[in-house]
Amino acid sequence: MSSTDLEQEHPLDLESKRVSVKKPEQRFDTQGEMPGAQRVHTAMVNFVKDFGATSAAYMESCVHCGQCAEACHFYVQTGDPKYTPIWKLEPFKQAYKREAGPFSFLYKALGLKRKVTVEELQEWQELLYDSCTMCGRCTMICPMGIDIATLVGQARHAMFQAGLVPHELWAVAERAEREGSPLGATASVFEDRIEWMGDEHEVEMRVDEDEADVLITMSSIEIQKYPESMAAVAKVMNHLGLKWTFRTDGYEATNFGMLSGNTAWQKDMTKKIVEAAKKVGAHTVILPECGHAYGALRWQGANMMGEPLPFKVRHISEFLAEQVNNGRLKVKQVDSSVTFHDPCQVSRRGGATQAPRDVMKALGMELRETQDTGDYNWCCGGGGGVITIHRADRLRYKAFEIKMEQIEKAGGEMLLTSCSNCRQNFDDSQEHFHWDKTMHSLLELVADNLVEN
Amino acid sequence: MDLLEFARGPAMQWSLIILVFGIAWRLFGIIFLKRKKDLAEPRQTGVLGGAVKTIFSRSVPARAFWSRVMYSNIVGYVFHIGLAIVVFAFLPHILWFESILGFQWPALPTSVITLVAVITLASMVALLVKRLTHPVLRRISNFDDYFSWLVTIVPLLTGMMAFTHTGFGMRYETVLAIHILSVEFLFIWLPFGKLGHSFLVFLSRGTTGALFARRGART
Repeated sequence: MSSTDLEQEHPLDLESKRVSVKKPEQRFDTQGEMPGAQRVHTAMVNFVKDFGATSAAYMESCVHCGQCAEACHFYVQTGDPKYTPIWKLEPFKQAYKREAGPFSFLYKALGLKRKVTVEELQEWQELLYDSCTMCGRCTMICPMGIDIATLVGQARHAMFQAGLVPHELWAVAERAEREGSPLGATASVFEDRIEWMGDEHEVEMRVDEDEADVLITMSSIEIQKYPESMAAVAKVMNHLGLKWTFRTDGYEATNFGMLSGNTAWQKDMTKKIVEAAKKVGAHTVILPECGHAYGALRWQGANMMGEPLPFKVRHISEFLAEQVNNGRLKVKQVDSSVTFHDPCQVSRRGGATQAPRDVMKALGMELRETQDTGDYNWCCGGGGGVITIHRADRLRYKAFEIKMEQIEKAGGEMLLTSCSNCRQNFDDSQEHFHWDKTMHSLLELVADNLVEN
Repeated sequence: MDLLEFARGPAMQWSLIILVFGIAWRLFGIIFLKRKKDLAEPRQTGVLGGAVKTIFSRSVPARAFWSRVMYSNIVGYVFHIGLAIVVFAFLPHILWFESILGFQWPALPTSVITLVAVITLASMVALLVKRLTHPVLRRISNFDDYFSWLVTIVPLLTGMMAFTHTGFGMRYETVLAIHILSVEFLFIWLPFGKLGHSFLVFLSRGTTGALFARRGART
């Protein structure tokens, strides 16, 4: 398929608040030609392929207490038991017990677990993709400590190989693999927009430097939707007097290989950044305001590459916190109260919950936390690729109602986050609900309030 | 050999052997699977502390979840504590443990044990009612859930029958033999189904605890 074909088959919609492919007239939620039985077989083989002691411990431990449902925004908001997090893995649990568990010989011999069918897997596509953001709130409630979000990620590997990925998510992932960006932010688009932002904000941009200490990466959502963040990060880097660069051969931090479940593509996407960083000799790679990009490089990057990364990986909020804490980054006081929305992958699942709070403190802002916050924050409902899927809109808006309610109660004058995917979900939902609150970027706020040297 | 002798003799030996080997098989079947080295730079070292912390911290739901899971947690605790008291603080049970371990500990008065047994029974019924009526539990429950409930409640019921000499026409010795056999069945079933959570809980909580500690996330 050439790029023109790509444009014809899966045209992008860059006009709406939510960037994805245009709503497909006819959905193709099954990829490739394969008999049903082979899809099931492929799915199961790929599910257990990376199966180690960790996943096995989880698969063995569920006591069916159902508490995970109470932590999931999709269940809580709909009351539909099919959205119970551990239920989303049911076919895979069946297959595991039958094929791979310590007592699989018993299950098989006695016919205790029947074979999963392709119809079931097709039914489960909605549960594994549309109604799971892999936010991991269920992991926090599970009395057995099962990390359900990780298992969903593994199930997605299986679904991808079996050709059972939702239309839009497959389309953007495929585009990312071919063009280097899921949302049309190709290297030349990226370069153009950097230049535009440099002129617009009169900030010195550094692109494709041969040597740099810090490599800055971006999310295609920012490049396409919030280009100001490119100017913002440049302002901060220049302010700190760092030797930094953008690289057109390694800029895209989103990883739709990971979200869709294609590990080979995930590796390709990670590799671009790793190689660009190596090329310029960077000691630090900074990830943009994007949640899953953090998980993809910070926690999975080295494992994807099969070797430790020769540089530090920092989320931009972590980096900003380090710099305000060590006194190098000086910011003005912002006279406003603020409510912060934690990106799940950075806070709960990334361990950087405190970082944005340090930055807001340095800005002198009065932090008004939502009732459930930090590690127990409710996901905005758009993560894990869910926001790209049109048929999931109704569900996503339903989940978002929790956010609106909690934010209204918290009552901060300003609304901040450090994830552009959350931000586009907030923008899209704001429009949908005619809400009066607009989400802003922590990075952009910092960049707007630097103390001139 | 009469039924009681069978229950106290070979049935006891074999059920304990199955219990121990079953647990070992299931645990080793998990632990000895490949364990990929995590190459990501850890935020902090000392992940063992995180594992231990999570093993404890997950015993009580986080504040954020209280309003939604309070009932199940309280009833669950009543059941687990009640069962532990009946098993470990009833004099005839302590004497049985002494025959294996060689030492004993003080027992609770039988009146207390009776009360606790009734409460435990009631909590089990409450848990079953919830499983049968709550849409989530109905959806996710399988044979194992109901069967394990049955395997757990039968020893409790037969124990109360033996203790109160309620045999419905059966001799005391027969009731006692049935009680012991029902416990032995629990031993045999325990390693295979969900009752395995009694040992798996440490493994799965510890696994997540270690993983999260590495990332500096909440354990």
